This record gives sequence, structure tokens and C-alpha cells, in this order.
Amino acid sequence: MAKAEAPGRGERVVVAMSGGVDSSVAAALLVERGYEVIGVTMQIWPQEEPLQEARQGGCCSLAAVEDARRVADRLGIPYYVVNMRDVFAETVIDYFVAEYARGRTPNPCIACNRFVKFSALLRKARELDARYLATGHYARVWFDAEQGRHVLARGRDRHKDQSYVLYNLTQEQLAQVLFPLGELTKGEVRRLAAERGLPVAGKPESQEICFITEEAYGDFVAARAPDKVRPGPILDRAGRVLGTHRGLVFYTVGQRRGLGVSSGKPLYVLEIDPERNALVVGPAEETLSGGLEAGDVNLILLDWEELRAARDGIAAEVQIRYRSAARPAVVRAAGGGRVEVWFASPQRAVTPGQAAVFYRGDLVLGGGVIERPLDGQHGGRRDGGALHGEGLPVAD
Amino acid sequence: MRRVYLDHAATTPVHPDVAAAMQRALAEGWGNPSSAHAFGREARRLVEDAREEVAALIGARPQEVVFTSGGTEADNLAILGVARLAREKGRGDHVVTSLVEHHAVLHACEYLEKREGFRVTYLPVDGHGMVDPDDLRRALTDRTVLVSVMLANNEVGTIQPVRELAAIARERGVPFHTDAVQAAGQIPVDVGELGVDLLSLSAHKIYGPKGVGALYVRRGLRLEPLLHGGGQERRLRPGTENVPGIVGLGAAARLARAELPRLGERVAALRERLIAGVLDRIPDARLNGHPERRLPGNANVSVRYVEGEAILLNLDLKGVAASSGSACAAGSTEPSHVLVAMGLPEHEARGALRFSLGRENTEADVDYVLEVLPPIVERLRRMAARPAAFPGAGLGHGQG
Repeated sequence: MAKAEAPGRGERVVVAMSGGVDSSVAAALLVERGYEVIGVTMQIWPQEEPLQEARQGGCCSLAAVEDARRVADRLGIPYYVVNMRDVFAETVIDYFVAEYARGRTPNPCIACNRFVKFSALLRKARELDARYLATGHYARVWFDAEQGRHVLARGRDRHKDQSYVLYNLTQEQLAQVLFPLGELTKGEVRRLAAERGLPVAGKPESQEICFITEEAYGDFVAARAPDKVRPGPILDRAGRVLGTHRGLVFYTVGQRRGLGVSSGKPLYVLEIDPERNALVVGPAEETLSGGLEAGDVNLILLDWEELRAARDGIAAEVQIRYRSAARPAVVRAAGGGRVEVWFASPQRAVTPGQAAVFYRGDLVLGGGVIERPLDGQHGGRRDGGALHGEGLPVAD
Repeated sequence: MRRVYLDHAATTPVHPDVAAAMQRALAEGWGNPSSAHAFGREARRLVEDAREEVAALIGARPQEVVFTSGGTEADNLAILGVARLAREKGRGDHVVTSLVEHHAVLHACEYLEKREGFRVTYLPVDGHGMVDPDDLRRALTDRTVLVSVMLANNEVGTIQPVRELAAIARERGVPFHTDAVQAAGQIPVDVGELGVDLLSLSAHKIYGPKGVGALYVRRGLRLEPLLHGGGQERRLRPGTENVPGIVGLGAAARLARAELPRLGERVAALRERLIAGVLDRIPDARLNGHPERRLPGNANVSVRYVEGEAILLNLDLKGVAASSGSACAAGSTEPSHVLVAMGLPEHEARGALRFSLGRENTEADVDYVLEVLPPIVERLRRMAARPAAFPGAGLGHGQG
């Protein structure tokens, strides 16, 4: 595949800086490559947030602004804090609450990348007359002349790869982004930071959802959508009532602990049914699904024509949560802009609201939001391996 | 790259004479002004010399000048100090201010309202940002213990009819405070002529250092201190004096008095050149604030269809320092409370841009701004006209 690295000398780039090691090194590398770099941090917290309760860790916290400003000073680049409060509240926090309230488990980082970083912030970058927006994501992007497309690929560091949370980027967006860390490992990034004396080389990683600090996700949602939180029945597949749940927002598909139902064997959340306000549970083997249906699909290396033309579907590896391996599957066009994914072997805890991202090797073909698991099998076998569906990790 | 500083309402460069006076104070006046010995007396002399300079600038007696840590503290001391003592004496619990005050005044009043059970009336303003004296007349009650209306607005530069307002308050026996932080050094300020009882000043807006200001307290007016400690500043502001800062304020006040009438005229001429150029070269731009009754250095314009913040950052990248509203509110997308109070539609308030000129600006500075600003606005407007180029930049979760 032809890989064109833009030389970009003197071109203006806006770097989204969080004060963390990744975006700091990204900014430093761009400066060293001769770009005209402008640092920017998004302000996403409500204005009323008192300073003494400054949140730690999150990529856009108040502490992050101070750290990022220091790094920008060090690099000798202009630095601005841009206000993204409204768009963040609307497209990330409200979306997160609404999705939970209808029984789904959203990935807010995907929403943030799609609507905030690579839309509203990209727009800010354009307003600053920048050619590119760069971030510290571990992913790669390049233009493939043969296909006439911009390509999104996993970061070289497979443990840190963040292409999963970027699958929504369109060709137009991909044409305007740079990921300077895509070819590096986290270890290399830390070393580069240390060599440059960047003050953030030793900062700990954050894995939590940035806008929820101490409370449990369910409590966060319950506080914002109290009318959606009502106790209701815990049912088995046959409709028998096994107990009472506290409110659907406190549960996630695949969850085992905290159900308060005693049974001969461990029970898992199979389904969250907001229409009946019911939690459907069952034994481990019932958490397996042969496939899934995904909507709100974005295609990068495919197009719909190609997908519809492939009668047997397109072979891919499909990843259904941020930190899990992609599994062999077939992706097929379904009606209404949706796709069906059939796995070579059944997958546990297919969770509505999470993303299904389609890969071919390192390349992102596209992805969509999981609408529902599909029963039945598609040339696979049932295998009930060990399950650990406690909490679904999310990325920043 | 050429650098042009047009943000004097945020802060001003320290004048070399001020810096030199402060240097001397640091080197020679390091004694504690409260000490009885020669070292202390030397420092005390510096403080009192500065007090005379500040008093001379505003037509006050030196004993009526209380040094503070800046304009914000002066405002808080005036408002909290008068209101609390008045209530303790059973004189009332009502404060009158305006909707367009600096946050140092507004938030102090809101604090009295929310935490200490006071009632506060916020006077409206007209389209030019002016308070109507009749509104004050109607707002005063037997329970009113303080009126606070600024002399000139920090965002739009509108000069309030403080003399008339203070007279109305005096008829009712209500103390009157004015925040003159922006006005001082730009227009003549005389406490006797204005008829005010309290007046706030800040050094760093008049080519002095940050971290020092003063409150004029008319002789005979009592107020509660905010801080408690030693007996400095007639117990109104305990704490060992910031001698070099106070010396800096004194030097800045002396300078302001010497330059006052001519400097204002010169800066106003530059300001007119800027306003005329902007309105001429940028379609759909308008001047905010009063056409005549405005500070010499202030030019506040709204550029329709563009966010002020976007223009600002692009100007910065061209070396031009301006502001979109008050520096204290930077980074907030909330449209300025001043422009909203003046009745500007939200989109025009968001497109507001404040240029504040000062003593070191030249015609060439203004011409440089007039050269770089129009293309920035044009480019941003072209972008705003084609939002479809940024899929997903809108809202909702449609296709991306």
C-alpha cells in the first residue's frame, strides 16, 4: 500500500493538548518536523465547577489546562483554551445519559471524537487557518493513492491502539488530521518525553470516563435522568421473575456481580429491556451471540455499493469493545443503512450502544453502533469460555 | 512579526518611570513602614508620598486613600464594608448597582444577596450602556444602604452619569461608590466634583504594577474591614504595606496627572481612526457603546456572523492583542453580560471585539490592525457560510 507521509514544512497545525505525555510528545514532534504548531486545550466543564474540586486525570480537566500551558510554553508555541462546554454537554454528556436511560452502554469517547474533537475542534483549527488538527491518539492515517482514500489504521503499539474510538472519521476529516504517535510505542513516547525534559513524562494514565470522577456511572446517570430509574423485575429467558433490580441504569450487559439474585450457577445480564423495565439474566452460555446488528455506520475503506454487492458479506475482523481483540467475522449490508456482523465463533456480551469496528488486519474498514445481538450461528461453534464481563473499559 | 498591544483595558505596560521608582523602593525602602526606626520611617515616607500622589489624582485628601491589593479588593471593601456595617447599625439591607458592573462589584453584591440576606437592585442600561438616573431614583428605598455604579465601563467604555447619580443618592443620604478602575488616567476623575463617597482605583490599568490599588473613602464614612490584623491603613486594610507596589501606584498616579488631558485627546484620535477604519472596511460591523460618552481608548465593535473569539485568536497569530469582552471572563462562551444588558442579540454579543488603546500606540499600530483584520473576518465568514464542509459539526447523531 502506497504510503505518503506529508512533509508539511511550515504548514500550520493545531494540536489538541491535554497536558498528558501523549499529546505533549505529539506537539513536540510536530514542532521538530517544522510545522507551525498551535496548542489548544478544550474546556468542557461547566463554568460553575469550583476550582478546589478540580478534576484530576481527565484529558480536559482544569489541571490539564495548566499542564498543557506549561508544555506549550516549553515548546515556544502559541496556546489557547477553547470553550467546548456546550457542544460537549450536548453531544457527549447528554448522549451518554440518554443512551444509558434507554438501556444501552454508550462509549462517550467515540461521541467526543466524532462531535467534539474532530468536528467542533477541527472547525476551530480551520478558523485558525490550520491545515491539520493533530492529537496524541495511537492510530495511523495516510492517503492511499491507489484507492484514492484516506486510510485509518491501528497504532503501531497494539496495546495502546485507539483506532477503535476513531472509526467514525469521514474521508474529509481524515484528510485533515495527523496522529504523530501512530508509529510509536508508549514506551518510546515516554522516552521521547523524558529526553525532551517535558514535565509530564511520568504522569499516570487515565482510563476512566473523563466527565465522571468518583461516582458510579449508574449514579451519574440516575442524578441526571431520575425519572428513568425505577426498580423492576429481574427475569430469566422464560419470563420467570427472579428478583428486583434497582433501576436499569445500574446494569450493563455481561455484568455478573451485584444482581442480588441467588441461583445454582452464576447469572449474567443478558439483556436490558427498557420497554418492560426489565433485566433479563441467564447463565454464562446464554451471553453468547453469533452475530450483531449495527446502525449509524461509517465506512472508511468500504463503500455501500461494494458491501451490498458482496452477497456473502465481506470478511473482516470485528472488535466489539475498546479493549478486546477483533474476531473473525463476516459483515453484510442489512436494510436501513444497517449492517449485520456474523462471527466465526460466538461472542460473549454483545452490548447495545458499544461500537462494532470492522478491521482488515491493521486497517479500519468501518464501524457502527451495536443495536442488538443476533441469535443463531453463521458457520461458527458455541464455546463457553471463561467470562469476565464486569465493567466495560473505555478509552480516552 | 509586528506586535501591537490594544488591550489596555486588561492591563497596561509598566511605565519606565514607574519601574524605576519601584526599583528604588525595593532597594532603599525595604523597611517596615510601621517601625519607629529610621528604616521604617524611610519606608513610611515612600508610602505617604504615594498616598499624596493618588489623592492628588482624584482630588481627595491623602487620609482618604486606603491602599489595597487592587481594584477587586477596593470594590469588595467598599461594598461589603459599607453594607455590613450599615446593617449592623440597623440602617437597612438594600444595595443598588447596575447590570453592567465589573464582576468585582457584581459578584460582591450577589454574595451579599445569596449569603447575607441583602436585597440587591440591578439597574438596567439603555442601548448605549447608560444607566438612567430616574431608574436610580425609583430604586432607592428607606432600606438602601449603598449605591455602586461604575464611572466607565470596562467592556464598552461608556461613561456613566455618575455626578447626577451620586447627587440622587446623596439627597437620600445613601453612600455612593464608583468603580473608576477604567476611567482613572483616561479622563479627569475628581471625587469632589463627582460627589462620590467611595471610589476604586487600580495601578495596573494606569501603567503601574499589578497587585496594588486604592479605595477612596470620604472622610467620616465608616466601614467594616474585610481583613483583621494590624492597624495599617487606619485598620481598614491590615497587613504590612506593599511598599514597592504602593510606590508604583504613586508614580503611575503622578504620571497620569501630568499627561492627563493631552494623552486622552491623542488616544481618542487613534481610537476614532480605528473605529472609522473598521466600520469602513468590514461590512456588517457596528460600534458598541456610546458614540460620544466613551473612554478615549475604548473601541468595542461587533462583527456579525463571526465569533469574537475566533477573530481574537487569529489577531494574536498576527501579533495583535485585543480582547472579546473582559479579560476576566476569557474562555467563556457566555456572551458578555454587559452587551446582553445593552440588548444586543446574542449573535452580535458573541461577535464582539474590544480594542483598548493606550499611551504607546501609534497610527502605524492602528493601520496594521486595519490591514490584518479585514482578511481574517472575510475568511471566517467564508467558513461560516459553508458549515456543510464539516460533517458532524452540527448536532445530533445523524450520519457522519
